[in-house]
Amino acid sequence: MAEPVLALRDVRKQFGGLVVSDNVTFSVAPGELHAIIGPNGAGKTTLINQISGVLMPDSGTILFGGRDITRLGPPERARLGLARSFQITSVLPGFSALENVALAVQARSGSSFRFFGDAAGETALNEPALAALAEVGLADRAEVPAGHLAHGEKRALELAMALVTEPKLLLLDEPMAGTGREETARLIGVLRRLKGRFAMMLVEHDMTAVFALADRISVLIYGRIMISGTPDEVREDPQVVAAYLGDELE
Amino acid sequence: MKAPSASPSAPVTSPPRSRLRSLALPALLFVALAILPLAALAASAGYVLDLFTRVMIFSVAALSVDLLIGYAALVTFGQAAFVGIGAYAVGILSSHGITDALVALPVAMTAAGLFALLTGIVCLRTKGVYFIMITLAFGQMAFFTASSLAPYGGDDGLTLADRNTLAGLALFGRPLVFYYVVLAVLIASYALCRSLVASRFGRVLRGTKENALRMTTLGFRVYRFQLVAYVIAGMLSGLAGFLLANATEFVSPAYMSWQRSGELIIMVLLGGIGTLHGAIVGAAAFLLLEEWLAGFTEHWKMIFGPLLVLVVVFVRGGLIGIAAALGRAVARRFGRG
Repeated sequence: MAEPVLALRDVRKQFGGLVVSDNVTFSVAPGELHAIIGPNGAGKTTLINQISGVLMPDSGTILFGGRDITRLGPPERARLGLARSFQITSVLPGFSALENVALAVQARSGSSFRFFGDAAGETALNEPALAALAEVGLADRAEVPAGHLAHGEKRALELAMALVTEPKLLLLDEPMAGTGREETARLIGVLRRLKGRFAMMLVEHDMTAVFALADRISVLIYGRIMISGTPDEVREDPQVVAAYLGDELE
Repeated sequence: MKAPSASPSAPVTSPPRSRLRSLALPALLFVALAILPLAALAASAGYVLDLFTRVMIFSVAALSVDLLIGYAALVTFGQAAFVGIGAYAVGILSSHGITDALVALPVAMTAAGLFALLTGIVCLRTKGVYFIMITLAFGQMAFFTASSLAPYGGDDGLTLADRNTLAGLALFGRPLVFYYVVLAVLIASYALCRSLVASRFGRVLRGTKENALRMTTLGFRVYRFQLVAYVIAGMLSGLAGFLLANATEFVSPAYMSWQRSGELIIMVLLGGIGTLHGAIVGAAAFLLLEEWLAGFTEHWKMIFGPLLVLVVVFVRGGLIGIAAALGRAVARRFGRG
């Protein structure tokens, strides 16, 4: 197997006496969609926060493209090609959909210490932004303030913002949370189209989405990875079924 | 300096018509200020000229406050310190016989910018209320430092022998010339700010105001952008201080008092925050109202205070907001007729 895009080695994080990441070790291969599932409070968001740099692990290492990023902050990691969408929708509500994405383009293309010239009119920013909006099905919503978009559309907008940063790895923190069934189906469609272009790590409660999309699944319980395997392996593992999937898969 | 304009190659941007309309009000404002002296001269009221010179000077300072509060969500409560530093640069240089604007102006702006850089490095590490308090603290520090400058008048301030010369010419001494110099400075400052907020840099600032954490995860080092904005605003206020010292031919610690900083915030709120021209309208409304009410009674502040509260509480968007709402109402009534 090629060198993994992301590799965690014995990552450990404790809040007081509570171990939220218990020597987590796993990797994401190039182009792979790796899903992390687990019950509430299993430490999924804490894990994502450590990967994106919002939290620092107490011990262990995080390698990104072979490089040790354990002590880098979020902006540095973003610059290396690690993009993230948030559990709580996180777009800039006062900016139009287009401007949200154009800002993400701006983050990756050249200096933003430019004091003159109208950023809203820059073709170099707007063209890739419009292309990304089209990819997630928001082409006709470009001028709408992000705050006025429907929930599922905001999710799609977040994806578009992540897309234009040309990530090596995209962290998806519960992209289906709070979306209706139709919107979920649409988002699954969008993610399926994007699959293979870059590696993705998906944290998600919606098992339909996880089993439809994932190449590999890791089950996180009480901060510890119980099993990593293909969807079929995970589905049939008696331990997982007993501990978690039992209620989720009817 | 390049003013922002709708580039013809831009595929998707706000339609040019709305862009034109958004520039109509500031343009009207500047034309009014440009022809005002004619009216003032006809009435032979030099007093009006002085008053509006003051209005425009405070407009420049208010612009810098709007840049920080309205576009970067940095609520600065110490902006008067930068005005004072600019003014003191003129006063101190003048007391040593250096009276040319070609020296005084760069010194004033550099000193204010440097103070902004040094204090900004500290202030910008804090957020919210702490930011407000620490800018206030630095403002007070500047105030007390100025008060203790015994060689330069201490508490009593410092009277200038004369206004600055410009390359040896005593142009500022003529009220009408000085008025137009200040107007030119105001227009240039406005154009600069307008360009800043539309630029890539300004977009990052505005994004930071919306959601700073999101900007960080996009890869922006937010602190650097805020620091640059803070220094630019400090230099603009220093520029206002330079003009103020020349207008009054007097420099005093009172320029730096926290009340002054508060007044600058009120001007921005009164005019309409985050619009830039609102800062100019607010400065004018504030100073003219103050002048007018003070003519009635010495207890004018008892009327002035509640009036300000009413505007700020009940009128979202300040006076600019009222004007826009009226404009829409008129358009509705007559537009379809």
